[in-house]
Amino acid sequence: MDKTDKGIQRRAREDRYQGHDYYLIDELLTEEHRLAREAVRDWVKQEVSPIIEDYFEQGKCPTHLFEGLAAIGAFGPSLPTEYGGGGMDEIAYGVIMQELERGDSGVRSMASVQGSLVMYPIFKFGTEAQRRKYLPKLGAGELIGCFGLTEPDYGSNPGGMVSRLHDDGDAYVLNGAKMWITNSPVADVAVVWAKDDEGKIRGVIVERDWAGVSAPEIKGKLSLRASITGELIFEDVRVPKKNVLEVQGLRGPLSCLSKARYGIAWGAIGAALDCYDSALRYALERIQFDKPIAAFQLTQKKLAEMITEITKAQLLAWRLGSLANEGRATPAQISMAKRNNVYIALQVAREARQIHGGMGITNEYPVMRHMMNLETVITYEGTHDIHLLITGHDVTGINAFR
Amino acid sequence: MKLLVCISKTPDTEAKIQLTPDGKQLDTSGMKYIMNPYDEWYALVRALELVEAQGGSVTVINVGPSSNDQIIRKALAIGAHEAVRIDAEPTSAWFVAHQIAAFAKNENYDLIFCGKETIDYNGSEVPAMLAELLDLPFVAWASKLDMEGNTATLHRDIEGGVEIVKVATPFVVSAAKGMAEQRIPNMRGIMMAKRKPLKVVEPVAVDDPVSVVQYALPPKKKGVKLIEPEHIDELVRLLHEEAKVI
Repeated sequence: MDKTDKGIQRRAREDRYQGHDYYLIDELLTEEHRLAREAVRDWVKQEVSPIIEDYFEQGKCPTHLFEGLAAIGAFGPSLPTEYGGGGMDEIAYGVIMQELERGDSGVRSMASVQGSLVMYPIFKFGTEAQRRKYLPKLGAGELIGCFGLTEPDYGSNPGGMVSRLHDDGDAYVLNGAKMWITNSPVADVAVVWAKDDEGKIRGVIVERDWAGVSAPEIKGKLSLRASITGELIFEDVRVPKKNVLEVQGLRGPLSCLSKARYGIAWGAIGAALDCYDSALRYALERIQFDKPIAAFQLTQKKLAEMITEITKAQLLAWRLGSLANEGRATPAQISMAKRNNVYIALQVAREARQIHGGMGITNEYPVMRHMMNLETVITYEGTHDIHLLITGHDVTGINAFR
Repeated sequence: MKLLVCISKTPDTEAKIQLTPDGKQLDTSGMKYIMNPYDEWYALVRALELVEAQGGSVTVINVGPSSNDQIIRKALAIGAHEAVRIDAEPTSAWFVAHQIAAFAKNENYDLIFCGKETIDYNGSEVPAMLAELLDLPFVAWASKLDMEGNTATLHRDIEGGVEIVKVATPFVVSAAKGMAEQRIPNMRGIMMAKRKPLKVVEPVAVDDPVSVVQYALPPKKKGVKLIEPEHIDELVRLLHEEAKVI
């Protein structure tokens, strides 16, 4: 049954995307990884590609896709099955994110937030009662979650947050405002980070229908237009102590961000591959001066550089995934992959747009949408510059943040 | 119900088809494969739906080398309960039908599903041969299948209409578009597929009366010439002098 919103036009044109694997990296993947990738690719071709341009253009979130994302198992695939996850490894999680972002960075964000920023902290830092209460429903898409860390005045510097949890007997009283929260206007629960009376950062699970919680939508985005973004405003919200996560300090939110950044390092390759695939096809079909534009050296330079950068990014992601499977991927290694892969994806998108000529600025092709989306991806979950400083800190031992 | 679904491996629909230099075989280097869509989307899914409604089990069977395990695992991830692979190169429909019949003859399946054809060689031969070898009724190219007790009602799309047939189990059916809808395996199914049994069976000896002499690719399509509407005389000249159709 078609569940798209009224006024959304479905595209008749078939999505002919094929993966590109120049270094035969497929041979490094297991049967499950390949099956997971094909399944998500099929799902994206059926459910996302025909509608995404119109949702993006209208600036609407295809919220009906939450159900489908849950059904294919895109929420927390690497968490244990008893808590609503898929019991898969980190590479499987990566290839799933890659295929989703091949469709659209906004759709991948819907899944990243639910899995890495909501289910993961509840699994990692939650009490057994919290896990049992929230995780199966989050995994099944019956509850939608969001993650409240960033504040209007504290983006790259989350440790400066001013949201407060005041101890009041059996509950904490939460006050504060969070900004740039993916999914917040449609979320049922939020994992929120705020400082307690001692100034320590604590995580709490907040339900949307509690008194004092509101989540207005942020309008006017020219990027991730098919993903809904909002604020989270807390006015004297009573949070029962049983909803406090068992973690203190920035370690809590940063470990979630590492998970999500890991997914983005894979996801961005998907956007790059879609742009490359479209550009290669277009360059072979588009005739100028009596030959395909792919026959011109300047086009070949673009295509050759695109596939080179994509291949390097694929190898980086695969190695990072192998380290993550062994529990050895460091936050700094994840930063390097997130920064590099998003950056090359944006470069690939820009080159691909040029190959498409004038058609590249229309939504007949996915390239400009990916390019606009990637402007968010290069900024959220740690900006391009902050990730560089993380690498700088890691190799020199000197912190240049402050 | 005890159901058997025959599945084949076929080149991906986007694969470039090339032949070996002697023209006797498909050049499979770098080829990507998928499960034959008629087997996957219609035969397998309808079999699963029947078992979900009435209980029972679905076994998938494939004739092929171990590299086919990839598509067999997909069938298990979609929901089949167990799998059998006859460990042999599927050289012809005759060979494949004999292998499946040899396995199925003592298993008492209520229903044997195949896709209406494979999208590579488009032979449509295996299901009919299989029915003959097992001495079972055969319904070809069915687009709808409903069961009531031991009787199935099937729709066959025919030229200008629909033929509705009834048949009692056991029988063989080949599934056409419409019988079910594609199911995408979910992550849990993919993980469970690893633990489901995949039995590898040695082939039986078969004398194959058929051998391929030669394959040939279709002639390349010629380019399209576009002529502006105001140059209609040029169109007439080209149709007369080059295409020689008027």
